Amino acid sequence: MALGKISPTAPSANPAGSIAHQAQEVCDSVGQVELQHVTFDGPDQVLHLEGGGSLFPVTVAYETYGELSGSMDNAILVCHALSGDAHAAGYYSGDPCEKPGWWDILIGPGKPLDTDRYFVICPNFLGSCYGTTGPTSLDPGTGQPYGISFPFFTIRDMVEVQRWLLDYLKIGTITAVIGGSMGGMQALQWAISYPERVKGVIPIATTSRMSAQGIALNEVGRQAILSDPKWRDGQYPKDDPPARGLAIARMIGHITYLSEDSMHQKFARRFVNGNGRSFSFSRDFQVESYLHHQGDKFVRRFDANTYLYISRAMDYFDLEADHGSLDAAFSVCQSSFLVMSFTSDWLFPARQSAEMVQALRNQGKEVSYCNIESDQGHDAFLLPGHRMGDLVSGFLERLRGGGVP
Amino acid sequence: MSLIQSARRQNEKDRSTPFSVVDWTLTSLRDRALDDQISSIVGMGEKVLDLGCGRGDLLARLRSDHRIRESGVEIDGEAASEAIARGLSVTHGDLEESLASFSDLSWDLVILNQVITVIRDPVAVLRESLRVGRRAVVTFPNFAVFRTRFQLAMRGRLPITPSLPYKWYDTPNIRLVTVKDFRTLCRQMELKIIKEAYVGRAKSGGFKPVSMWPNLRASSALFLLSREEGV
Repeated sequence: MALGKISPTAPSANPAGSIAHQAQEVCDSVGQVELQHVTFDGPDQVLHLEGGGSLFPVTVAYETYGELSGSMDNAILVCHALSGDAHAAGYYSGDPCEKPGWWDILIGPGKPLDTDRYFVICPNFLGSCYGTTGPTSLDPGTGQPYGISFPFFTIRDMVEVQRWLLDYLKIGTITAVIGGSMGGMQALQWAISYPERVKGVIPIATTSRMSAQGIALNEVGRQAILSDPKWRDGQYPKDDPPARGLAIARMIGHITYLSEDSMHQKFARRFVNGNGRSFSFSRDFQVESYLHHQGDKFVRRFDANTYLYISRAMDYFDLEADHGSLDAAFSVCQSSFLVMSFTSDWLFPARQSAEMVQALRNQGKEVSYCNIESDQGHDAFLLPGHRMGDLVSGFLERLRGGGVP
Repeated sequence: MSLIQSARRQNEKDRSTPFSVVDWTLTSLRDRALDDQISSIVGMGEKVLDLGCGRGDLLARLRSDHRIRESGVEIDGEAASEAIARGLSVTHGDLEESLASFSDLSWDLVILNQVITVIRDPVAVLRESLRVGRRAVVTFPNFAVFRTRFQLAMRGRLPITPSLPYKWYDTPNIRLVTVKDFRTLCRQMELKIIKEAYVGRAKSGGFKPVSMWPNLRASSALFLLSREEGV
């Protein structure tokens, strides 16, 4: 470049850089999205559940990002976790302050789940309270919300409903199914329930069977709800729910999603008021205040009965018990697997992922695995700052039969 | 190999210290010097398991050369991530533990590329490699090469060379082996040596094939092995 052509703004590279960065952020978002619904109410569409109950009709809320290819072979199914919903990416409004969908770091143009290339589907799972039929839905028999009369359901039932959705969208084989935590359980169940329909399976920070520790923590959460007098045997009115119990359940949950390290980094022993101890039981420490905040926030967006049912579905997840052994469970699989755990996740520790990998290898399945370095605990799968996205990209590229750089 | 990589990272940091005599470019060349030989062993479409695959340079090459169906095991998380991110099938873990979960003769070739000296139990790994694989290819730095002999004999110091680039206190090489010693082990284990290949330092820099007096002249050795009863 000729010297004379250097513009006066050239030395201040930073502002230019940050503008470019903002432009980048706008570019790699899927933009405005819409929650869609489909109701299965055909004569043969009674959903028979593993627990013996049945449901009719069943509505599924879902979002999609990207375009389905002409040959319908570019679909990726995203499964959400316990308190998640179908809003995995993008925005509902043009409001710049709106937080994007829960996995926006992963889904969008040029991102690992590249919406220029893939048709990404995220359904709200069966039994949730975000649009798909669940305990807060109206029971057509009574005209009242199901509440505690909702039938018990399992991860397998969730997958069944997701299969209905794919059939409805006329998608036969999916490129991949991906999910973290309870979403990873659904991904694993997909590989076993419909081996011929899934090319790649990406279970993240999950397990093939809920551990005793996991069940124990879920049970304390449930007991917090069940022992709240406002729970009223599950017959609480919508405007007066067992908020204390649900908030406590969420507080326990939040502890399990973090690591000792990340808690220390976030809060250490910092006080809410700089002057320290109040010699009372009010919220002295920032970590207390954080947990209460998370609990209160959750109560405004989640339903207590729904929490009971979903956490139970999680407890009942046990591929080993379903099939006799983990080896037997995976023997039918036809997919490639990318298993990921996080070093600081103590809710679904790496050992549980390593066991899955070992069983998959015993069965001669193609499997990649990484215990990703992170101090963010279980929640790492929802957060940026580690290699998860790169690994997903590489794995999907491999499924497409791309060359290795 | 993670141990190698972490030690190397550390050593690269120390490069400016007066004790450092190693040209790390040569070490990387050494790591790749036998790749051609390994590639010539592999058949089109074969199933290849690379134990200690690092970031997967060799597997990536074999995939493009021979369309292999590959798998790697790597103990270093960063290297394993790198390999997966470039589209290779790799599991992060200890190769000595991983071997048990592969079934008998499930691989056409098992690669032990510059790892036999850094593992706890080379005999068990060799035996296991030839349980899960029809053939195994092993490469290692030859401790009896004249350069190391010279350093030990004349200077009275533990050798530091591009093939053995570490100080005694930070080396991942917990086993040292020579060409003769390895042949002896193969005999004791009743392993069949299908092929041997050697490289030594070239005058032009880099490495060149060595055929005469390998135990004296080769800085790296390659052995292709199978179990005695059949290839």
